Amino acid sequence: MSNPAGMPVLEPAEGAKDQHMVINMGPQHPATHGVLRLVVEIDGEIIVRVYPEIGYLHTGIEKTCEAKFYQQVVPLTDRVNYLDPLSNNLCYCLAVEKLLGLEIPEKAQWIRVLLTELSRLNSHLIWLGTHAMDIGALTVFLYTFREREDILRLFEAIAGQRMMTSYFRIGGLSMEPPLGFLDRVQGFINTLPEKIDEYSNLLTGNPIFRNRLQGVGMLSAADAIALGVTGPPLRASGVDFDLRRDMPYSSYEKFQFNVPVLNGCDCWARYLVRLDEMRESIRIIQQALDGMPEGPVKANAPKIVLPDREKMKTQMEALIHHFKIVTEGFEVPAGEVYQGVEAGHGQTGYYVVSDGTAKPYRVHMRYPSFATLQALETMAKGRMLADLVAVIGSIDIVLGEIDR
Amino acid sequence: MSYPNTLSGKEAVLAGLPEHPAVKAILAWNPEALTDAKFDRRELTLTIACEEICSAAAVVRGAGYNFFEDMTAVDWFPQAPRFQLSYHILSHVFKEHIRLRVLLEESDPSIESLTRIWPSTNFYEREVFDLFGIQFEGHPNLRRIMMPDDWKGHPLRKEYPVEGYR
Repeated sequence: MSNPAGMPVLEPAEGAKDQHMVINMGPQHPATHGVLRLVVEIDGEIIVRVYPEIGYLHTGIEKTCEAKFYQQVVPLTDRVNYLDPLSNNLCYCLAVEKLLGLEIPEKAQWIRVLLTELSRLNSHLIWLGTHAMDIGALTVFLYTFREREDILRLFEAIAGQRMMTSYFRIGGLSMEPPLGFLDRVQGFINTLPEKIDEYSNLLTGNPIFRNRLQGVGMLSAADAIALGVTGPPLRASGVDFDLRRDMPYSSYEKFQFNVPVLNGCDCWARYLVRLDEMRESIRIIQQALDGMPEGPVKANAPKIVLPDREKMKTQMEALIHHFKIVTEGFEVPAGEVYQGVEAGHGQTGYYVVSDGTAKPYRVHMRYPSFATLQALETMAKGRMLADLVAVIGSIDIVLGEIDR
Repeated sequence: MSYPNTLSGKEAVLAGLPEHPAVKAILAWNPEALTDAKFDRRELTLTIACEEICSAAAVVRGAGYNFFEDMTAVDWFPQAPRFQLSYHILSHVFKEHIRLRVLLEESDPSIESLTRIWPSTNFYEREVFDLFGIQFEGHPNLRRIMMPDDWKGHPLRKEYPVEGYR
């Protein structure tokens, strides 16, 4: 956010002052998916320059983290990317567990995989609905939000919260999943493949939708890498890289899944990649349900993981540990770690620096939309102004994670 | 590749990881630019002399670390040198990260911009400039990115309060 007087792009380029016009899009534009402001220089209808102005949603969350105990940061991470909250929880917890050198029980790891994939489906469903709506296909939005509601109900059943779950904790999960939860997930993913076919029937063969996306927002593989693009837009530009497969975490190496890669480099390829990713997520969830191991869901580290409520009523030590963790936190060995995960929007990374106390010295969050936004100008340049809406939809940005 | 547990200090890393592609490339280019190194929790940290960062980035990019993933600063106030810059570079080939680390003094902190090597560092450097007040020479558009242009102070510095009035 800044003072318009200081903005270099408010004036059209030298030598083109008679032809070019500078217009403002956002921050209250419905197609910018939040409070993104774009200053666009146009020549007639053709885009010459795009200048994103961000920071309208800046909350200083990294500063807030420095004043909290390690375990108190978990609920903050939900709020950064509110469409894919469990990936944020996972990334932060993995980073702190790496600092602590904690081993997480297998069952907790598998439930983390299962829920992260549900979270990815949640994120992709919102993307599909809003992207299609931006382009004028209003129907799909109502369908995808129907399925998203089912996912939110699953989150509510497991964590008590629909969006800000904070279900993953340092050292495992906050509690055992409720009885019958896995059956409910099974019931949900039994119906989902035909729902995805339904969206595909509505959109893939639709000539208007296809013409709005094909050949629009071209981004070559070299540009994508140079501009820091990750996740589905990177794979739609033909770069075969997925952290879940290439640098596995939380036992992803035990799951079989394909990484959809296309060479289209346009919005249409990004649409197809995400649609395929949804189908692969269902496969991963099915494998997690079929092979779910038995055992505890919390690490055996009484000074780090909160004790069970029942134990606190009968065991003095549990009560003491609970009191100590809540009032003083736990000390984390000094050091610095960077942990990346493949979230719905791309590569999320947490850089956590510890100075040996109970509060993180520095938490930095690398979120994919922040980097991907830099590629917006490359994708939109030379196209019509109306294509900008398609491009913004296809890179699937969340302003909460850009501004943090 | 199998890795040892923890190596601290330049000599230990050079002796323990002689085949690491980034270490090899840096040594072949200019061993003097590498002032310190650490291998901890399976993460390699190479500390580079601050005037050499641009060349070092080009060298590791040539060695296969092709993707700039993240960069940020850490304020070690009141220690000296006060600022640490951490660049996280990912290799799509070797499927691993390295961290390039640079230390900057408190007075007039300034460093060469990496936008020439990776254009994606643009927003990241603007963010560090905005929130830490570190200058990046050669940056095409070094303006505040999160805070308003007329904001006073740099919020992520340690002397800046978390709540209340400044």
